[in-house]
Amino acid sequence: MAIEKTFKIEASSLRAYTMLAALVAIWLFFHWQTDGIFLTPRNLSNLMLQTSVTGIIAVGMLMVILAGQIDLSVGSLLGLAGGVAAICLTNLGYGLVPSILAAIVIGVAIGLLHGTLTAYANIPAFIVTLGGLLAWRGAIKGISQAETIPISDPTFKAIGQSNIEPNIGWLLAAIAVAAVLFVGYRRIREHNQSPGEAGNQILNILKLILPAAAIVGFIYTMNAYNGIPIPVLIFLAVALFGVFITGSTTFGRYLYAIGGNADAARLSGINNRANILKVFGLLGGLTGIAAIINTARLASAGPDAGVLKELDAIAACVIGGASLMGGRGTVFGACIGALIMASLDNGMSLLNIRDYVQELVKGGILVLAVGLDMFGRRTN
Amino acid sequence: MIQMKTLLEMKNIVKEFPGVKALDGVSFDLREGEFHSLVGENGAGKSTLMKVLSGVYPFGSYTGEIFVDGNIQQFKRIRDAENAGISIIFQELSLVKELTVGENIFLGKEPARFGVIDWPSLYRGAKKLLDDLHLPLNPKTPVGNLGIGQQQLVEIAKALSKDARILVLDEPTAALTESEVEILFGILTKLKARGVGMIYISHKLDEVFAMSDRITVLRDGKTVGTEFAKDLTKEKVIALMVGREVENIFPKITHEFGDVALEVRNFTAKDSEHTGENVVKNVSFKVRKGEVLGIAGLMGAGRSELLMSLFGAHSGKISGEILVEGKNVSINSPNEAIENGIGFVTEDRKRFGLILDQTILSNMTLAGLKEISGKFITHRSREKRVCEKARADLRVKTNSLDTITGTLSGGNQQKVVLAKWLLTKPTVLFLDEPTRGIDVGAKQEIYAEINKLATEGLAIVLVSSELPEVLGMSDRVIVLHEGSVTGEFSRAEATPEKVMAAATGT
Repeated sequence: MAIEKTFKIEASSLRAYTMLAALVAIWLFFHWQTDGIFLTPRNLSNLMLQTSVTGIIAVGMLMVILAGQIDLSVGSLLGLAGGVAAICLTNLGYGLVPSILAAIVIGVAIGLLHGTLTAYANIPAFIVTLGGLLAWRGAIKGISQAETIPISDPTFKAIGQSNIEPNIGWLLAAIAVAAVLFVGYRRIREHNQSPGEAGNQILNILKLILPAAAIVGFIYTMNAYNGIPIPVLIFLAVALFGVFITGSTTFGRYLYAIGGNADAARLSGINNRANILKVFGLLGGLTGIAAIINTARLASAGPDAGVLKELDAIAACVIGGASLMGGRGTVFGACIGALIMASLDNGMSLLNIRDYVQELVKGGILVLAVGLDMFGRRTN
Repeated sequence: MIQMKTLLEMKNIVKEFPGVKALDGVSFDLREGEFHSLVGENGAGKSTLMKVLSGVYPFGSYTGEIFVDGNIQQFKRIRDAENAGISIIFQELSLVKELTVGENIFLGKEPARFGVIDWPSLYRGAKKLLDDLHLPLNPKTPVGNLGIGQQQLVEIAKALSKDARILVLDEPTAALTESEVEILFGILTKLKARGVGMIYISHKLDEVFAMSDRITVLRDGKTVGTEFAKDLTKEKVIALMVGREVENIFPKITHEFGDVALEVRNFTAKDSEHTGENVVKNVSFKVRKGEVLGIAGLMGAGRSELLMSLFGAHSGKISGEILVEGKNVSINSPNEAIENGIGFVTEDRKRFGLILDQTILSNMTLAGLKEISGKFITHRSREKRVCEKARADLRVKTNSLDTITGTLSGGNQQKVVLAKWLLTKPTVLFLDEPTRGIDVGAKQEIYAEINKLATEGLAIVLVSSELPEVLGMSDRVIVLHEGSVTGEFSRAEATPEKVMAAATGT
């Protein structure tokens, strides 16, 4: 029957808000259990640092998932791209910029290869990237001869290990708050033009105040320790980029369309194949960026770097409300999902919970999150 | 019309959804061996009523009473309703294509011994059921190999294997050819003689009148009337359904045509399965600006394939010439078709036309996004302005462009598809079954819109399985039979007899 649900589209962002609440609960729980260690600037800075690599990959993964695809190879690719950067830098002495570019280029190239095989050779993405998961892990073991390659270049290490000046942090905060206010002002003006929707004004103002407060609070906390870690800054930039791509570009709209109904998208003149190719390339590039950060943080590239990272990224997307069938999900949700996964890691490590228990808990929480969501949808 | 005992009684059924009363005190009854049709516009409450009856909406989620054989029933799940002898055949078939006819019939209740399926007895049982229905089907054929009509019959056999005494058929003929409809009706008549009561939901009033003992009309969740079919006429039923008299179903406005908008020369398309067979054979036609060209033909005549291949969306090999406004164009993808000014309201809007999970706005802007919104960056306010206008022009009944398209009624969904294509500003618009499965009121609005667009100078190619629709709406009709054009008629010449003769190749 014709019951119109205007909020169903927001089901995925609704899930993200629920997860935001869950995140707060998880934080409070750990804060209590760790006798006040969890919510200190030092630990939160660490937590954000731990989130950044998974988070960057999750943003790219989300876009792939939106288009109804999947990429299981990102963990191996993370290892391979990091290894390539380290070899360029340490073994071949190529210098900083070429080494960084090498990691990104190999990421994009492999992403495009996966995209080509999926979109043009009609091999399911699951199979293509499962092959990638095995093959690229083999590749990194091969080129590194299964040994860890150390990094001594201080600038490269700084990408993963340094923080930005508190004052610059405040400057960035000011810019971000100004941007939030500007976007919010435009939204309110738009609403005033369509009187039917004017009722949401309070919500609109809340949508201004909460992010602005979050930005200020975030910078304050980070500055209270060492300032914003560079990887976190890169992660935030990537997240913003992802929000922009999915929300404000034709490419992003096409990803939702292809995942929502590939036939209808194709018949509406969308080149499904070209867009799928692009999104795999994009994920590959982001994986390359994540690889640089990961390598810089550890100051070395090991043959096992990034093992199981693909599952963290996929879990982050799904916890944040993405549907593996495609067409549903948000970048914001994926970032919250990544933060939840990292919080569990961080909190349980602080509590000295044993590895196997950590894994059991994380697995359980992933299934529980999706289960609750399904239950919620059914009772609606 | 013998007075038989009452099989089923539904009393004062009220079913509410948040904000909407889908059923508002509906009463309905069915007698043994009766064929009782349930008609009404989409959204009138027919499907909801049947979902209450079949236990999809469990007891407690509605108010009112259901009696079967005089005993009060409280169905908590579908199985409960089935045990009471109620079986529903939904619009979308629920058969497993990879399994055989026999396996499908006994799916979920396979004869078994110690958990091992007793295959001989399964196939014997299936054979017996099929023979009872005089269905010449091999129970060992995979269902996927059967035509859609035969699948429908298998579905009925499956329902009967559950000893159904109350059979609900929801638009069972939507995808059937006329001969398949006849076979179906033959079987239904036999079931009637056995005392099975049938509730028949259909938009096709000819069928309703041909088969029904009684007809119940629903409107806005209320029963507007239950009458013997012999006491009703089609016009009366339509008036009851829409709550107003429909004066002229096909109001045709004559006007001048412009230049040739689309010309197709010697167009041939091979089928997509690479069997080498031609599904469209050497077809040529022209359509002028402001003209509605109808394409008639039976199912499988190649009508949809013709449109799909002209639109660059057919996977088989094509040859021939396409000229848009006199210019020779090459179209290898839907994108190229759109760039050349062709729009295509495809058949089966749920599968090919809409992203049901997404908003009206997203759907409306999909095909023309780069023109409407921006080449790389989208501008929501621009999209909103354009879509608001389209919504008002086409009278899409919804309070927001952010409404999820899948929650709209069929008619409104179809308007969204139409809006999507009009927003690409086409020169030629293809319409494939534009009114299938939508209610009478919405049909009227679509017809009025087609006429308006033609008056404004749009060239329209209309494919429809409903002959009255093709004849009523078109200025000129071409008829396809097995992929070839077998007739071309002006509006004045096109009589149902002539078109039918050409369509059957006689």
